[in-house]
Parts: sequence; C-alpha cells; structure tokens
Amino acid sequence: MTETAVTAGAPFTAERRRARHRAAWRRRRLVLMLMSPWIVGFCVFFGYPLVMSVYLSFTHYDLLSSPKWIGWANYKYLFTEDPQVGPAVRNTLWLILIMVPLQVLFAFGVATMVARAKRGVGFFRTVFYLPALAPPVAATMAFVYLLNPATGPVNVILGHLGVNGPLWFQSPQWSKPSLTLLSIWGVGNLMIIFLAAILDAPQQLYESAELDGAGPIQRMRWVTLPTISPVILFSVVISVIAAMQYFTQAYVAANIASGQASQAGDQTVNNLGYPEGSTLFYPVLLYQHGFRFFNMGYASALSVLLLIVAFTVTVLIIRNSRRWVHYAGAVK
Amino acid sequence: MRRGVIAAIALAAILAAAAGATARSAAHAGTKADTITVWVGWSARELAGFKKVVAEYDSKHPDVNVKVVGGINDDKITAAIRSGNVPDVVSSFTSANVGSYCKSGAWVDLKPFLSKDHLDVNVFPKTSQYYTQYNGKRCALPFLADVYGFYYNKKMFQAAGIKSPPKTMSELTADAKKLTKRNQNGSLKVVGYNPFLGFYAGNAPDLSAYAPLFGAKYTDAGGHSALSKDPAWSRLLKWQKNLVDWYGYKNLQKFNAGAADEFSASHAFEIGKLAMMIDGEWRVAFIQAEHPGLAYATAPAPVDDAKKNLYGAGYVNGTIIGIPKGVKHKDQAWALLKYLTFNAHPLAQFSNLIRNVPTTKESLNSKEIKPDAHFKTFLTIFANPSSKTTPITAAGNAYGTLIQAFAVKWQAGHAGDLHAGLQKLDKQIDAQLKQAQAGGVP
Repeated sequence: MTETAVTAGAPFTAERRRARHRAAWRRRRLVLMLMSPWIVGFCVFFGYPLVMSVYLSFTHYDLLSSPKWIGWANYKYLFTEDPQVGPAVRNTLWLILIMVPLQVLFAFGVATMVARAKRGVGFFRTVFYLPALAPPVAATMAFVYLLNPATGPVNVILGHLGVNGPLWFQSPQWSKPSLTLLSIWGVGNLMIIFLAAILDAPQQLYESAELDGAGPIQRMRWVTLPTISPVILFSVVISVIAAMQYFTQAYVAANIASGQASQAGDQTVNNLGYPEGSTLFYPVLLYQHGFRFFNMGYASALSVLLLIVAFTVTVLIIRNSRRWVHYAGAVK
Repeated sequence: MRRGVIAAIALAAILAAAAGATARSAAHAGTKADTITVWVGWSARELAGFKKVVAEYDSKHPDVNVKVVGGINDDKITAAIRSGNVPDVVSSFTSANVGSYCKSGAWVDLKPFLSKDHLDVNVFPKTSQYYTQYNGKRCALPFLADVYGFYYNKKMFQAAGIKSPPKTMSELTADAKKLTKRNQNGSLKVVGYNPFLGFYAGNAPDLSAYAPLFGAKYTDAGGHSALSKDPAWSRLLKWQKNLVDWYGYKNLQKFNAGAADEFSASHAFEIGKLAMMIDGEWRVAFIQAEHPGLAYATAPAPVDDAKKNLYGAGYVNGTIIGIPKGVKHKDQAWALLKYLTFNAHPLAQFSNLIRNVPTTKESLNSKEIKPDAHFKTFLTIFANPSSKTTPITAAGNAYGTLIQAFAVKWQAGHAGDLHAGLQKLDKQIDAQLKQAQAGGVP
C-alpha cells in the first residue's frame, strides 16, 4: 500500500515541481521585462560610460583619433605635475565645507519658520520654493548683474548707505561667497524636503516634551532633529555630491563676469576659473581638459578620481551617520 | 518650299534652344541635389557677409548648392567629426587647435589637392602658413586674418596736447596717465590705456597680444618653454603690473566690471570711456556700424623700449578652414575651399564686408579692397615680418591657460618672485606638452 502510494505520488510531485519551476521562470521573465527599461538605461548611460571612462583614463585620446594606451601616465600627471589640480580641489573643498553646510542650515531654517507660520503658509512656501525653478544659467546671469561692483543695484544701495561694496564675482576672495549666495537663494528643493519632514514629526512627542517642561530649543534638540535626522543625512549626501559636480553656475559666472563673453564661435579666450582661478572647480577643470583641449584621456582620469572620491565621501558620511541618524521603528 | 525649309529650320532652332534651356535647368536642378554645407563661426552681421560671398560662388557653379551654417565652435566640429555626420567644409576661429586636427587626420591632408592643382602656399604670408599646419602637415588654409593694432581717440589726444600715437611702452604709459580722468571718489571716469589682463581682446590674459610687441619668445632652440630665459617676458610683465598699480588694481576691476561687453555698441572705447587700446582690425567695422562719428585713428601698437625696431609688428591670428574627414563631396568642397582661400576676389570682397585682413599677398594689395585709412594700418602690420602668432602645439592653446593663471596672479600681486614664478611656469608648460603628446618630447 505504502509502496503503491509512493510510486503513484512520484510523477505527481515531479510534475508539480516542473510547474513551480515554469511559474518561477515566468515570474522572473516578467520581472526582467518590467525592469528592462531601467537595465538598458543603466547599461547604456551608466555602465558603458563608466567602463569606457576607466579604460580611456589609461589612454591618450584626443576625441578624433583612436585611443593610445599609455598606462599610468595620466594619473602620474594628475597627482604629480598638473598645477591646476591642487587649486581645483581646494576650490571644490571650499564648496563642500562652507557652501553645503550653509545650504542645509538655510533650508532647514526656512522650513522651520514656514512650518510655524500661522498665516500665509502657501504664500511663503511658494516664495521660498520659486527660485529653485529658475534655470541655473538665467539665475547666474541675474546674480552677476545684481552683484556687478560698478553698476549692480546691490553695490549702488550699499554705496548710498556709505558702504564700499565688494567686487563680488570679480574678486577671488568674493567669487565663491557670491556663488554661495546664489546657491542659498535657490535652495527651495531642500527646503521642501525639510518642511515635509518637520510636518511629519509625531505631534505626541512634542506634547510629551512640553509636559516634561522642554522649551523650544530643547524640543528642537531632542524631538525635531532626531526625527528628521534621516532627511538631514539625505540632504547632506546629495548636497555634497552636487558640490563635487558643481559646474554650470561657475562656468556661466566666470564667462559673464570676465566681460569676455565673446562671439559665438570664438573659443580662443579661456575664462574658466575667472577671477584668478578662484572658480576653477574640479568639474570645470575636467571640462576644460576634455572639451577645450580635447585631452579626453586625461579628463577621463580626472573623472575616475572624482567618482572614487565621491563614492568614498558618501560611504564615510553614511557610516558616520549611524551615530546621529535615528530611524523610526529601527531596532539596534 | 523655301518657306517650309525656313520654317522647319526656325522650328528646329526653337526646339533646340528650348531643349538646351530645359537641359540646363535640369542639370542645374539635378546638381542642386549636391548640396555642400559650410560651417563657420561667424554670426549676425559677419555671417550675412560670408553668405554674400558664398552666394556669388553658388550662382557661378550650378553643380553645387552651398548651405552656410553660422555660430559654429570647435566643440560642434569635433562632435560632428566623431559622429561621422560632417559638413563638407569647416572653419574655426581657434587656430591653436590646428595641431589636433592635423595630427589626428580629423581635417584631411590638403597636400594632394594642392599638388593636383599646382597651388603654392607661399601666396600666404609666413605667419598664416604657420598657423594652418602642424609639423609640416597642412590640413587647413587661412581664410582672413585677425591682426592687432593700436586705436586712439583723436579728440582726447588733442585735448591732452598729445601730438602723435605712442611708439614705445614708456610713451604709452606717459600718455595713459595724461589721458586718465578720475571721479572725486578716486574711481576711474576715463581710462587712458587699460592694461588689465582679461579686459577686452587686446589684453588676452595669456599675453598673446603683447608678446610680439616685446619680441618675447615662447620656446628655446630645444623646443622647451623659455619664459624665464627670455628677459622680454619679465619686462612685459613688469611694465604691465606697474601701470595696473598706478591705476589701482581694485579701481580697474571696478571700471572693467562697469564696462560693456566688447562686442556690444557700448564698448568702452566707442563711447569715450577709454582713450587708447590694442584691438583687432575688426573694430574698424564695428565702429563704422555702431559709432561712425567717432574721431579715432589707428597705428601700430607701441613696442618695448629696448626693441624699438619691432615697431610696426603685431599679433596675428586667423580663421582656419579645411575639409573634415568623412566628407561626402570632397571635390566640390575642395573647389569651394580653393575659391575662398586662393582667389583675391572673394578675399577682398569678404574683407570689405567684415573688415578682416585678407590672407594672400595678392589680395593684400587688391584694388578691390575699399580704401580706408583706419584699416590700412592692419594690412601693413600683417605684412610686417616681425608680426607673430602663438605657437601651435599638440596641446592646442592649453599652455596659454598656464601662462594666464600665472599672469593674472602676477597682476594681482599674488605671484611672488617673478623669475622664480616664470621658472616654475616653464616646468609646468613642458610637463603639460609632454603629457599632451602622450609621453613624447615637447
């Protein structure tokens, strides 16, 4: 009886197994099909360029003739001989250490104030978010005009107040602070993220803290900040990455402020980094080598280094964040 | 019978004529399908001038229809060559890139075409021959040149009691001081001569416009950077910094920030805020179009006091034109290229329209060139054997970026010891050229 049952059950089990197998394959195919746009996009726009960049970084490649293998020569020049790498790294570090914290602080401050507003909430949200919609080129041109040391309204007003205004974009000391002002003005996206996080904070925590006698600063310290700490981490990470890729505003400001925005086809004048190389950020240097000097092999070496540094910095920030980021419901 | 014969002959003649006309128009219509495209950097008024020159060629050559695209820069040229979808003729304002184009073969070697048509490049002055080839490989031809000379405001000269334009840098400095006017708060109202690097084309921060005026040499006999070895560079930089300091670095910065873009009608010289300047010959056409009443004159730029014999020379640069690789209509492209660059008529015609300097020796003396005292100065400077352009290297004008980085720091007073700085700069330039040549000798 038992023997009969076993022999009768064997083909049935094998059939079920095959059916399960087929169903699993169907599911995998469906998943693959649904994911295929992303996979294709990832391979074409990220995977392939990444692999090619690494390969090209070991070649001499002028965009016009075939790449020629030169081993580590590009990296040797990058680390030991290129006189512009040091200043470009310092300029970019300035953005990370000064511009990014100011952006995050300003966005958080505005979001806190807007969250507390009793009246005109919609108006304030719109006003503070609106600059984020301005195209970066137009916004930069407007700032260069506003901060023109001779004719710009800001210095004219400062002059009426008896203050001798700075040279803003024309001065190596003030060019990066001027770009920081521009970035703070356009901080609407971060502000909206912070606002959503602040408004999402559990109200009962504030009520409990208040019952325990916590004042506004203590509530901020012990309730708001821990609650929104994942959002702070997110903001810091994306702002640091954006700072390492900072290009458009620096490119436009240098060209306009130098006063040599020349004829359409004229590339004889190199205004990148104006004034005195103070706006020559790492991505601007990369662009200069790749697209002005047609030295794409070396530009690829610069981009590989940028990728490694960006990845390392992001990992460090995330690892460090375990001490101060609190996830609701997380178990340690 | 005779009438019948006459009628038959007349009918045959009419039919033949009609057939001929039809054939011509068919041929015209048929060959018009062979559209050749020309990419140029000019825009607006200058582009209209180029289209006019090409239209004449187009009307005389029924086998082609020439399409002109303006506002092209080297990024677009490179992208087109890489994609394989190229125009038939390309031109670039950045002659420094000729090294990349010739070396890579991105612009085709013109030697076979020149040999086939028995054309000799000695019809071009030496400087123009130089910036259209790389290491002996000719992949481009010159198509009008830019020549830098001296502009001065005659009314301001008269008011200041200055009789003639300065011929040396010390005379220029003295005149600049006489012509400068300051506001009560010390800011600059009118600048005599603005030496600030980066202010308009005459003060290109890579010092290219000043180098020929000091006879400054870029390289030594071994092809290595020689900025610290040739004392002319030190003299140039010291003269420039002294004059900047006389105005006040910050004062000039403010003046420059308030000055309009150099290609606008509010150019500081054109509106009387600048008494003297070094600029390209194109300014003559700009002034004619924007401020025809301006009382000004042109002359060769002043030179180093220690090298007075250089007076009459200047910086020369120019538009280069060639055929990209992968071109579809190579023969038609060459025919147009030959017409534009070797023929005195289109050169003179285009020169008259945009007031750039024509690039063959014949066209420099062409009777077609509209007489103009302002413009004539630049024809003379172009023909001067001491006039120079910048070196053509495998790295394009990348070395200029290093010179610029040092020079702007120097004028701001942030460069420290001049000689030590120039020595360091030489090393940087040599390393850069070595890198650009993939480890080869600079």
